[in-house]
Amino acid sequence: MADLAAVMPGERRQLPALRMGAETLVLILLAVFVTAMSIAPLTRLVLAALAPEGVPDLSHAWDVLARPKVFRAALNSLHVALLSTVFAVAVGGFAAILTVHCSMRLKAIWVFGFVLPLMIPPQVTALAWVQAFSPTSPVLGLLGLALTPGSRHPLFSSWGIVLLLGVYNAPLVFLTVRAALHRVPADLSEAARAAGAGRMRVICTILLPLARSGILAGAAIAFVSAIGNFGIQAMLGIPARFPTLITLVYQTLNSYGPAALSDMALLSLLLSLITVCGIAVANWLGRRGDLRVEGLGRPAEIDLGGARRWVEAGAWLYLITTLLLPLSALFATSLVKGFGQELTWATVTLENYASALIRQASIRDAFATSFVLTIAAVLILGVVSLFLAYFLSWRRGPVVRALQMAAELSYVLPGIVLGVAMILFFLKPLPLVGVSIYGTVWIILAAYLSNFLALALRPLLGGFAQVDRALEDAARVAGAGFLQRMRDIVMPLLAPAMVAGGIIVFMSALNEIQVSILLVSSSARTIGPMIVFLEEGGSSTLAAAVGCLMVLIVLLLMSVTSLFSSRLPKGALPWLD
Amino acid sequence: MASISLESVSKAYARKRVLAEVSLDVAEGEFVAILGPSGCGKTTMLRLIAGFEQLDAGAIRFGREQVASPGRSVPPEKRNVGIVFQNYALWPHMSVADNVGYALKVAGVSPGERRRRSVEALATVDMDMLADRSPADLSGGQRQRVALARCLAARPSVMLLDEPLANLDVHLRAAMEREFSAFHRRTGATMIYITHDQSEAMALADRIAVMDAGRIVQFARPRDLYREPGSEMVARFIGNGLVLPVSDLRADARPGHVEVDVFGRRHAVRARRGQAPAAAARLSVHPDDLVLASDEAGGFDAEVERITYRGSHIEVHFRPRRAPDLSLSLHAPHDRAIEPGARISVRVGDGWVLPDAA
Repeated sequence: MADLAAVMPGERRQLPALRMGAETLVLILLAVFVTAMSIAPLTRLVLAALAPEGVPDLSHAWDVLARPKVFRAALNSLHVALLSTVFAVAVGGFAAILTVHCSMRLKAIWVFGFVLPLMIPPQVTALAWVQAFSPTSPVLGLLGLALTPGSRHPLFSSWGIVLLLGVYNAPLVFLTVRAALHRVPADLSEAARAAGAGRMRVICTILLPLARSGILAGAAIAFVSAIGNFGIQAMLGIPARFPTLITLVYQTLNSYGPAALSDMALLSLLLSLITVCGIAVANWLGRRGDLRVEGLGRPAEIDLGGARRWVEAGAWLYLITTLLLPLSALFATSLVKGFGQELTWATVTLENYASALIRQASIRDAFATSFVLTIAAVLILGVVSLFLAYFLSWRRGPVVRALQMAAELSYVLPGIVLGVAMILFFLKPLPLVGVSIYGTVWIILAAYLSNFLALALRPLLGGFAQVDRALEDAARVAGAGFLQRMRDIVMPLLAPAMVAGGIIVFMSALNEIQVSILLVSSSARTIGPMIVFLEEGGSSTLAAAVGCLMVLIVLLLMSVTSLFSSRLPKGALPWLD
Repeated sequence: MASISLESVSKAYARKRVLAEVSLDVAEGEFVAILGPSGCGKTTMLRLIAGFEQLDAGAIRFGREQVASPGRSVPPEKRNVGIVFQNYALWPHMSVADNVGYALKVAGVSPGERRRRSVEALATVDMDMLADRSPADLSGGQRQRVALARCLAARPSVMLLDEPLANLDVHLRAAMEREFSAFHRRTGATMIYITHDQSEAMALADRIAVMDAGRIVQFARPRDLYREPGSEMVARFIGNGLVLPVSDLRADARPGHVEVDVFGRRHAVRARRGQAPAAAARLSVHPDDLVLASDEAGGFDAEVERITYRGSHIEVHFRPRRAPDLSLSLHAPHDRAIEPGARISVRVGDGWVLPDAA
């Protein structure tokens, strides 16, 4: 190379000045980020639970966990999570077979409607259902189906929670089962048909067994989502006096304040344990005799024949009852002055919307805070996950593997557990600045960064898997350093995956309630918990208006992203068939 | 351009040895092919030379400069190597000209100069007309040419080619072989060409390093590799080579020749100078070296197993009477009518006694 300097004076790179390159520096920064956001708070949580005074003290843990109240709450949690998972698997699995294999008309619209509940904040869903099926329901009343006044609300019960969690999680199962069914080659079904098997037999003996790993993965996700779903459990369980672990944590903080942190940490640990056990069982079942089939091309078509009309009618009826009815009730409630008032031309008013958007500063601020926090989380996580996915895909090592596991853990653990961990970790003043971020928006941002990192990471890992690594090698031999390669080659190639991840994070952070419910204060409020506070405070119509606005934002975002979906990686956005 | 030398380079992944004390000297401007079956370590060698992998022992030099030793390695971006990747690795989000000019951009060359030199590099592969196209709009052969031009524009001290023809169809391969040869003549670049296709290596390289199980088993000119293989592996790998057991090796009057007994018939074949007499040896021959003898006394007895029509000739598969479990083949002209089961007499026209067996 010495002769080359003579050929091209001043053009080639200088000798490496610093041994620690940008690559190492970025890796260190990533490690610091994940440690501060996930590893340290979760470790702090475990310590606070098992060694509240600094020394391991299991007798205290036993005292707390052996309380009848805690035992009952844990049983209740398991009860609603398991039953709702059964419901979600049945409905989601059926919907997946219907949309993948059957000739159903208006399929794309139906899929959009079926997946929509997943995008709506659960507390809004709960509010909508409560209003739709209340004795003074504006919609059922119109249909002449209203329940007798004075009777107990049917949804304020364990069955109500199971139903709503099931409806909310069915799309999660649907997405994983659909992906699994798409991988089953058509000729396997066709071979079974040729062997004389009928429609039902093909579904039961060929399709479902081959999609088993997808069904179990879906069940695991539904279980984890159900057990950590604060919105539905709080909106229905608290009025029903049906305590679950997650509402118990919330009520403990409300009643005793940070003094009860060590008890909350124990409850959180129990909640985490149940979550992890659920995932482990599903993994174990899924791995036993796992059959991998990889097919390309179209899935097998099952002709429904004369039954098609009835199946379609059933499918649309499901959407009408679980989506249209609750949402229209929510909308109707948002248009009247007081809850229970009949909606007529005389009573219709936009008063609630005016309050939500203009008059009530706290709601307006909550919207603004949520937007700013969400956008900040999207931007920060975009950069962090790009680098982390790069290392995970192309420079895999034990360090990045540990970072990924920490990110995944922060994502699968119930948001409220993360909230407790954040309080524990950030309660004390930060070193250097000497100020505690507890009670400010910063702790909520930290919780978002921790919770949603895995969500931002997934589309990027999928994206990296599709990019030939030689493209980066080629830039290396062209002389480009680490950061230059990231800017010129890696980022442009992965921009679509980054955008997809950003959209998912945006939706999740805007809709979430379980992460920030413990972290909000009078000076730092997000929009998710607002609905619970308004409903608890008796302002049902105002809560309905805020809920409608949130649904509107979600719908807008979904439609806008659908417009340029052709430029995004296939399958990155769940609501597109 | 620079010479390259590898000195006892070793590399292992998770205790599995991939390269074992490999030494190789490539002269400045030389075209060397690294040839071997898959899994022989040739790709690892390329990645070590480029700097993508770190060696466990030994050293690599470009000219006088040491670029890699255990614990100290110049990163790829500072090695000034050029690589033509198997899948071309053209950046899909850049135009052809931007692809070719990227190394110049990194080096801080002004846009005007960059454009001039990119087009100039593209012109050497007849692609200057397509400078503003996107790589997605090009055919396989065109992409290969752009990849070559990209390599050339960076003026690397060493050019590494990683199975560049593996993804092209047969017709395009022949055309690109000519292209590579011409390219090498024109630029005088030091080129290392990785391939598992021996005919490609024979056609292109000044010298070929045959690799097997992490070692270089022979490093020689293509003609020497074909005529004088150093080991049974090379003998079988090059030109559909056959290895025959022979006995009673004795010196011949001519230097470099010996007399051996092939399935009961005496033959004069080539051997290393100073080859000592031996009771048994192995003989390397190619199907073209075996000829049908016109009379029974001319060669060894054999029985025809089956015949395959090959267009220019017929391929006769046969088994020697003396060694019926050995299946051999020879190329016969069309005018010989041969049926399966027929008795034939086969003469060894040319052969080479493998030195390691003696």
